[in-house]
Amino acid sequence: MRQKILELLEQNSKMTVDDIAIMLQCPKDEIEKEIKEMEKEKIICGYHTLINWDKTDKDVVTALIEVRVTPQRGQGFDKIAERIYRFREVKAVYLMSGGFDLTVIIEGKTMKEVALFVAEKLSTLDSVLSTATHFVLKKYKDYGMILEEDKKDERMVVSP
Amino acid sequence: MMNLVNDTVKAIPPSGIRKFFDIAAEMENIISLGVGEPDFDTPWHIREEGIYSLEKGKTFYTSNAGMLELREEICKYLKRKFDLTYQVNEVLVTVGGSEGIDLTLRAMIEPGDEVLIPEPCFVSYKPCTILAGAKPITIPLKEENEFKLTAEEIETYVTEKTKIIFLPFPNNPTGATMSKEELEKIAEVIIKHDLFVISDEIYAELTYEKKHCSIASLPGMMERTLIINGFSKAYSMTGWRMGFAVGPEELIRAMTKIHQYAIMCTPTTSQYAAIEALRNGDTDVEEMRKAYNGRRRVVVNGFREMGLSCFEPLGAFYVFPSIQGLNMTSEEFCTKLLYEQGVAVVPGTAFGDCGEGFIRVSYAYSIEELKVALERIAVFVDSIKDAKQKD
Repeated sequence: MRQKILELLEQNSKMTVDDIAIMLQCPKDEIEKEIKEMEKEKIICGYHTLINWDKTDKDVVTALIEVRVTPQRGQGFDKIAERIYRFREVKAVYLMSGGFDLTVIIEGKTMKEVALFVAEKLSTLDSVLSTATHFVLKKYKDYGMILEEDKKDERMVVSP
Repeated sequence: MMNLVNDTVKAIPPSGIRKFFDIAAEMENIISLGVGEPDFDTPWHIREEGIYSLEKGKTFYTSNAGMLELREEICKYLKRKFDLTYQVNEVLVTVGGSEGIDLTLRAMIEPGDEVLIPEPCFVSYKPCTILAGAKPITIPLKEENEFKLTAEEIETYVTEKTKIIFLPFPNNPTGATMSKEELEKIAEVIIKHDLFVISDEIYAELTYEKKHCSIASLPGMMERTLIINGFSKAYSMTGWRMGFAVGPEELIRAMTKIHQYAIMCTPTTSQYAAIEALRNGDTDVEEMRKAYNGRRRVVVNGFREMGLSCFEPLGAFYVFPSIQGLNMTSEEFCTKLLYEQGVAVVPGTAFGDCGEGFIRVSYAYSIEELKVALERIAVFVDSIKDAKQKD
């Protein structure tokens, strides 16, 4: 049941408990209870809105930074990852396999702002060996949604 | 000047759907719940394979019965999904399920034969039966039986001239399905009267409580059943025109003969795409089925809340609520609903006379659109009820 609720909410976080209850043929209070518990257990960590800021007046620049670190003795990568993700500008931190250790995603108003943040706040951290900053020029698809598509229903209006 | 059109064709009534299509197509901003095809795009990997085959220049005729590779995959698919064992020489790839129906009738019918057609049903069965030179005998199914076919109903309408019986489950327009136990009961009567079954299983992947059971899997039935299935509904490939017929080798050979002269072969591009669908499309089908299931429950719930009786359909993507008690014919209801609330649904009479008093509502739409449509229909139904009270 939990997995089914999660799959529905992942597609549309605005789906009402009423609708979920009908779609899963399960009483409303049971659904509410499950959702509250999953929120407590941090299985559901938040409800976000996917916005295409390029279509608004707000300036948003996103950068993907490859960070190489020396892991701290006794703490591995977790401590340095925490020092990085505590920054408000940092939107995501992932531990990676391969040629570098951490992917850090940063949002700022301009490229300069982001670059300065990396230079002043990120590269200077003790355990950080090197950073490589890549700016996102265009987002085609994010979180499973194609951003540009204009979905029109092209089917014949009535068919047998 | 000679007659341009023969009497048989002239006598076939125009499709009830067509009339609605013409009205609805003229109007703007309507929400149409009248389609008979999925809203999902064909999964990308299937489209990609079709496009790739064009890039590689695969644009020539294939063998008449369909590419061997495709027929092999169809046999594997039928085994994997429905535990049916067929050989490649028992498979014919057709231009949609529609061509399969037409070919079967044309290959089998002798003048004077009767064909039993349970209604409400897909609009093609009767016209194709007439065009093949047989006499269609309608079996009107009942809401109290959840629009399933019963052994008694077959007994009532069978004669010694009956050759073929159509078995359209999961059903368009009612969404009804038949379980293995229910099929066993009618299989008895079918064998007793030595009938042949055309089992239209085009919606076989879209069942919601139990897995689909084909009547051909029952003892004594495989040699007297022709299964019609295809890619249109399961894989969202309606426009690709890909279907298949599986059945006794002798019949398939005859159907292939007609197909060879009338069609040559189904589109090559579609065949390549279909192979990809069968090989790697199971996850897509399951995702679509889950989505339909959620929508189905929302729509059935919506109609029941409006006070319209609606049995729970366990297959396809249609709901068949009853509008009896509102003192209107199905056509009147649908026309008024279209003009007053801008929602198009199809009158049950488009699928047979016993569809009077019902409407077919398709849920091949997003939940958001369905909810808006249900709200509008509820407003309309309330207005009818109010008007009735004032009388």
